[in-house]
Amino acid sequence: MKKLLVAGLLALAGAAQAADPLLINGAGATFPFPLYSKWFSEYGKQHPDVRFNYQSIGSGGGIQQITRGTVDFGASDAPMTAEELAKLPGVVHVPTVLGAVVVTYNAPVQGLKLTPETLAGIFLGKIAKWNDPALAAVNPGAKLPDLAIAVVHRSDGSGTTSIFTDYLAKVSPEWKSRVGAGKSVKWPAGLGAKGNEGVTGIVKQTPGAVGYVELAYANQNKLPMAELKNHAGVFVKPTIAATSAAAAGVPMPDDFRVSITDAAGKDAYPIASFTYLLVPGDLRDGAKGKAIVQFLWWAVHDGQHLAAPLDYAPLPRAVVEKVSAKLKTLKVQGRPVALGASR
Amino acid sequence: MPAAPLRALRNPGDRAWSALLMVLGGALLAVAGIIVLALWDVARPLGGVVSLKQFVTGQEWDPTSDAFGALAFVYGTVVTSLVAVVVAVPVSVGLGIFLVEMAPARVRPVVSFLIETLAAIPSVVYGLWGLFVLVPWLRTSVEPLLGRALGFLPLFQGPPIGLGYLAAGLILAVMILPTIASITIEVLRTVPSTLREGAYGLGATRWEAIRMAVLPYARSGIVGGALLGLGRALGETMAVTMVIGNSPTIQTSLFAPGYTLPSVIANEFAEATGEVHTAALAGLGLVLFGLTVILNALARLLVQAVGRGPAMGRP
Repeated sequence: MKKLLVAGLLALAGAAQAADPLLINGAGATFPFPLYSKWFSEYGKQHPDVRFNYQSIGSGGGIQQITRGTVDFGASDAPMTAEELAKLPGVVHVPTVLGAVVVTYNAPVQGLKLTPETLAGIFLGKIAKWNDPALAAVNPGAKLPDLAIAVVHRSDGSGTTSIFTDYLAKVSPEWKSRVGAGKSVKWPAGLGAKGNEGVTGIVKQTPGAVGYVELAYANQNKLPMAELKNHAGVFVKPTIAATSAAAAGVPMPDDFRVSITDAAGKDAYPIASFTYLLVPGDLRDGAKGKAIVQFLWWAVHDGQHLAAPLDYAPLPRAVVEKVSAKLKTLKVQGRPVALGASR
Repeated sequence: MPAAPLRALRNPGDRAWSALLMVLGGALLAVAGIIVLALWDVARPLGGVVSLKQFVTGQEWDPTSDAFGALAFVYGTVVTSLVAVVVAVPVSVGLGIFLVEMAPARVRPVVSFLIETLAAIPSVVYGLWGLFVLVPWLRTSVEPLLGRALGFLPLFQGPPIGLGYLAAGLILAVMILPTIASITIEVLRTVPSTLREGAYGLGATRWEAIRMAVLPYARSGIVGGALLGLGRALGETMAVTMVIGNSPTIQTSLFAPGYTLPSVIANEFAEATGEVHTAALAGLGLVLFGLTVILNALARLLVQAVGRGPAMGRP
């Protein structure tokens, strides 16, 4: 009886406040921020009763805030580690889109080709000249200058670095033992620059420089990009299609926490990654929980069409289906949310 | 400062006033104390990974394998700040002397205004200017020239990259110049004209009057201005991060890339992986705090030594 009364009062309160939009707070990754803000504004047009407030404070900050419960959802470029998961059991990783990291350079070479070995060699500081025999062997016919290679890497802790070093650690045992993978690592060679724009700035003005930036950033600034030899032995240009192909070539675990660098598949670009939204497994606030789950459903279906124009790679079909199945199992106050088929 | 006559404090109003001032003064110390305590609290998990001595004297910085040593950052911070002060002080003092002693009255407000404008430019703008103008210029012109002329000194050896201690130091010099110059100008203005007139009366030339009468009187004030500039240089983050090359190594050459304490905190804090990494960055904050305190104390001693100098200094 009492419960019924409370529910009735809550419903009344809800009706009274219908004019005020429901505010949902999120925080985390900076990489997908342009797409997320587009999503929030488009979704807000269709659902004026929901408003999102997203702080792009970085993946680490997003994980911390969702763990402390100060935001309704988090966002991260890298899946949470086992250690982080232990502090927030039941958290659900929802992959939203894919990003890729490209190798950009400043040298008079058209369509530079790199193998995993030469890329690791350059960033380990072992290949220090553009006319190194190892580079010449991969680029037959190209006129490689007698120029020192200046390695440029990110100095700020970043998901981009995490993806890039994860790839190098997979393909180069020496990289794995000497450097490892992470958002901030001890670089064996080169200069550090802050942000994609810092790396680009230094690469552009330093003859012989080699650096890495996000695909979206490289596309928008029309930077020269190297073709990379993937797991299947094919040289692949970094494109949105090749990034989506990387996600299709990897078996997807049930919790979606997976690295898709060095993916199988002949079309797959090897340095790619999912970016995730993080939501608690048990959504206790009814109205908010329902709105979040419905938004996630919209994002992985309708929202995907907004990805490519902003230079993000949409999720491949199989992943969308798997995520849809997962969203249907999410429970708000113990009950699943009604989710329609996508338009 | 003359000591307040104690008898005045018997008045209740005066006593309340003095108590209020005491509370305000104490609050300043309390804020500094709270900051240190909070940093200490965040830095605590570091204790299980490295000892204090390892942390302060270690050179290795590798967050992926939990190796944390602050020395390379301390070195970078001190070197870039010293370069900045060494470059900025002579320029500022020269500017001050010119404006106060020589420039026609109409020029003064214009130059003062320009100096104050320099102080108002945001540091990220300095950083961008450094990255796109100063660094290429250093790489193609200044560093090769310095290398040829002074290459026998270990300070000016190695390949000219552009990004590095020298670029960061020069940017800092431009940034702290307005602080030091404004204070120098104010201090020179307070020099009583009787001192100058006396010097001229004794037959001194203009240069001799400046050197023997004006500068000794203003000396401690100028050193104080340099200290304020040094303080700003130690803590400056954004502009330095953009031009120093962010490489945690200790190198003698000013052409080499380095790293500073504020830069590494700004770079890695947002995406610090795990408690220990965050703790190490908070530890760097404490080291920076300590470094500032030590340098300020040393500088105070210097001011005292200078103030006690042989010249006719005090009125």
